[in-house]
Amino acid sequence: MTGMDQAAEHGLPETVPALEAGGVWKGYGSVRALEGVSLRVTPGECVALVGESGSGKTTLLRMFNRMVEPDRGIVRVLGRDALELDPVSLRRRTGYVQQEGGLLPHWDVLRNVCLVPTLLGQLGVRELAKAALDRVGLPPSEFGRRWPRELSGGQRQRVALARALAAEPDVILLDEPFGALDAITRGEMQEMFRELQRTLGFTSVLVTHDLREALRLADRVAVMKSGEVVRLASPEELLADPGVEYVAQLLARAGVDP
Amino acid sequence: MRAEAGVPGRLLALLLGLGLGLAFPAALEGQADSPVVVASKPFGESYLLGEIFAQQLEARGFQVERRLGLGATELTFQALRQGSVDVYPEYTGTGLLAILGEAPQGSPAQVFRRVATVFQERWGVGWLAPLGFENSYAVAVRRETAEALELRTLSDLARAGAELRGGFSPDFLGRADGLPGLARAYGMELAQTRSLLQAVKYEALASGDVDVIDGYSTDGFIVRYDLVVLEDDRGFFPPYQAAPLVGRAVMDHRPDVQAALGELAGRLDDELMRRLNRRLEVDGAPLAEVAREARNAMGLLGGAEGAFPSRAESTVAPTLRAYLWERRQTLVQQTLRHLLLVSVSLGSAILVALPLGLLLERARGGAEGVIRGVGVLQTLPSIALLAFMIPLLGIGVLPALVALFLYSLYPILRNTYSGVRDADPVAVEAARALGMTPGQLLTQVRLPLAAPVIMAGIRTAAVLNVGTATLAAFIGAGGLGDPIVSGLALADSRMILSGAIPAALLAVLVDGALALAERVVRPGGVQAEHGWDLME
Repeated sequence: MTGMDQAAEHGLPETVPALEAGGVWKGYGSVRALEGVSLRVTPGECVALVGESGSGKTTLLRMFNRMVEPDRGIVRVLGRDALELDPVSLRRRTGYVQQEGGLLPHWDVLRNVCLVPTLLGQLGVRELAKAALDRVGLPPSEFGRRWPRELSGGQRQRVALARALAAEPDVILLDEPFGALDAITRGEMQEMFRELQRTLGFTSVLVTHDLREALRLADRVAVMKSGEVVRLASPEELLADPGVEYVAQLLARAGVDP
Repeated sequence: MRAEAGVPGRLLALLLGLGLGLAFPAALEGQADSPVVVASKPFGESYLLGEIFAQQLEARGFQVERRLGLGATELTFQALRQGSVDVYPEYTGTGLLAILGEAPQGSPAQVFRRVATVFQERWGVGWLAPLGFENSYAVAVRRETAEALELRTLSDLARAGAELRGGFSPDFLGRADGLPGLARAYGMELAQTRSLLQAVKYEALASGDVDVIDGYSTDGFIVRYDLVVLEDDRGFFPPYQAAPLVGRAVMDHRPDVQAALGELAGRLDDELMRRLNRRLEVDGAPLAEVAREARNAMGLLGGAEGAFPSRAESTVAPTLRAYLWERRQTLVQQTLRHLLLVSVSLGSAILVALPLGLLLERARGGAEGVIRGVGVLQTLPSIALLAFMIPLLGIGVLPALVALFLYSLYPILRNTYSGVRDADPVAVEAARALGMTPGQLLTQVRLPLAAPVIMAGIRTAAVLNVGTATLAAFIGAGGLGDPIVSGLALADSRMILSGAIPAALLAVLVDGALALAERVVRPGGVQAEHGWDLME
């Protein structure tokens, strides 16, 4: 069951988008990263941003926790202008997972997972962290006191995911979370992520260059090229009709036949 | 050890401990009833005259602070003018030529009157009555060189010069009344000249690395190495009279000090001076003992204490180990002083460079400029940096501390800045994206991750500091450099080793202690080397 179906079930035909970008432009010096991108993510939905390096997908992702601010256009989080929100508290309420995990090497696994609940001053920090570790399949009694360097790549990404989930945020942003893993581990992680999505119902934006991964995990896929969204559709629609030549090429290259 | 205890807290405690050392320097300089500061230049005869001054003053009831072997003419005279030194032995010819920059002129008596008048007018410092003997530069060669080339005079040397290599003291090479003037007066050109310190000059001549050196006509080394002094047949080197040169404070307010030193006037003739230099430089008799013998021979001891000991009686040089054992008390004091110089200057450098490094990391625009500016200090030769301190802060512990402090800044600043800047960028980025404030990022992520790099900078600074602190002896700050500087001046390798060995041991110990501190500061999950991919 996807997020959209859930929304429909709750009888909310006109929901406020969880995340929204409206006509967003962003440049770095002379390089244009985003050229008037618009995107709405409904509550509970998973949207994948797919594209090659330099297509602007990571820039768009980082708008939603104000790690990047737009030059023009508007970014809304749960209906409110992101620029009016305090960036630090916005980030604490938004889960974030990046490719290399970004675990703090001088903190053990449990302390890493405690990070956001501690920053938020939540009650029962360690219980929240242990629950999150359990959810990603790492028993806290076994893994809690390990150093990040004592973990495998897949375990580290699980810890990073647990850290993003520990404070039970409504929105989780993922930047190539499984990109550096071998095929088998990646498959396991994707399976686990889908399960977590189903049980926890969070809203998520997933940046990936792997079209197959996007088709497998997302409710809708936004294909980006040179700072623009060239196609936004559900996996089924995309497979049925690539719409533009570029998407057809991507599908062919990924070995997925329309 | 887990990281929960808070790495910054431990780092802070360590720094506080070092910082406490700052409370010490006040206790360092005993604030006694203004002792008379006696200095000398760094060669045997000057040491001896300085020690004679000191003993004479003590015998007349004055408190004396010794800064013997302080530095070459410019440095020592600077210190006298500036008031950090009250008296040192100087030569009238040096005063005329090197300090006033005038041409040689007139009889010894005329030269004395000239310098006495001008020094008084210009700087308010005074020449007391000459001690009696006359000294002059002397140019010397090995006996076999003299015989083989039939060298007797400097004119002979000018004739044979093209085949000979010279080794001269830096002083002699640079001064108009030294080699440049000599070469002009005799039309002399040597095959090669190089600058050699007192300590190696005679050895270099004896071993044949050079053929001609400069010395003093009263030198003991001339006897010790069996050298031939070439006659100055054109009278280029004026005879110099030695006299106490006293500072303004003594001239204006201490007639009693002038009177005590005045008793030495005219009592030290050429013959006695040569004999004393030989005792010191050839027999290797202790300085204090030779000075006592001198005052005895000058009739200032009240007679009863016996005549000059003959050469046979003089002490046989003890082994290095016995020598170190004999001097153990002094060595311990010098080591403690050394440690104090190092810890206070290093501690203050940490207290300044660490926060500055963090500040620069926040304002990166100007960072490289500032760090490079501090780096320029590092490129100054340490001895020059110490010399620059004298006009500003005089001599003694304070200028040495300032110079060592400046010298320690760069490694700590550079490592703090780059350690914090380059701290695991992925981890820093993740922590920021999850809502750490800039302050939390600094104290909880950047600083702990940079701690090993910062400690490495502190260790580098510490080891450099221990070495450089030996040079602090040149500006009278004491420490293990004292025996090194004196030993170099007196060409006494045992004395040099008695400072150099403890200094080397100290460097190893300090580095070891900081290595332990580094292990405490290093966060638990971070290993000394690339420990990240153990499990990959």
